[in-house]
Amino acid sequence: MSKPANTREATIRRSLLGQMRGLGSARSGTGHWWMQRLTSIALVPLAIWFVIGAIAHAGAGRAEIVHWISGPVTATLMLALIACMFEHMQLGLQVVIEDYVHGEACRVATLLVMKAGAALLAILAAISVLKMAIAG
Amino acid sequence: MADVREALMSGRNSDGARVNRPLSPHLQVYRLPMTPILSILHRVAGVGLAAGTLLFVWWLAAAADSDGAFALAAGVMNSPIGWLLIAGWTLALWYHFCNGIRHLWWDAGRGFELREAHASGMLAIGAAAVLTALTLIAGVVAR
Repeated sequence: MSKPANTREATIRRSLLGQMRGLGSARSGTGHWWMQRLTSIALVPLAIWFVIGAIAHAGAGRAEIVHWISGPVTATLMLALIACMFEHMQLGLQVVIEDYVHGEACRVATLLVMKAGAALLAILAAISVLKMAIAG
Repeated sequence: MADVREALMSGRNSDGARVNRPLSPHLQVYRLPMTPILSILHRVAGVGLAAGTLLFVWWLAAAADSDGAFALAAGVMNSPIGWLLIAGWTLALWYHFCNGIRHLWWDAGRGFELREAHASGMLAIGAAAVLTALTLIAGVVAR
């Protein structure tokens, strides 16, 4: 007696792992969503702090800016702002790219360029703050 | 009611006002309600702020680098175009900030009723406008 032709056994010739791949993670699937919220909550006080600081130093010369940023508290908050801001930014831009850039190759390439750019900008910003904080 | 089909067209706006809606996709007369307009503006503001990080990093790196580099960055930021960009980014920041808090409120499982969503949207727009005006005025006064 032969198997009916329309059962799963008869039509699917991929391993269970193969069938599951690409459907999303079972453990860390909420990671993106959660990091987006976490960084947004951290950015609430950090953004207020930065805007107030920027207003207080509007039109200031380089010496004054360096003096402000090189303070230990300012440098710490600046680094926290940079970390949260760029993480939040790259998570957000990722969703925008995934929504609007079609075609697998083009989408992956755009994502990689964006993520690399975000990482380089974050490193440049952090190095700048550290240089001011340490070298004065 | 002259035609019973009109009953099918009756609906409500996000602010609760009665409107007659077309029966099927009618793109020539379709007007996006306020809530999805705010949603797309949140994304537009976010992308704008991402572009703004270029100026932020340039300003930081220039301050760390040299007097000449800082003078160049400060010169661009103090030009009319620089002022326009900073004003735009201030508005984008406060809108994304206020509407982001609205999103966090939804994430907590609150404010999903149409009237609440409409009211919180109006609140976000109002708060963003006030914060932007205050920031720009304070920035000009502080200079």
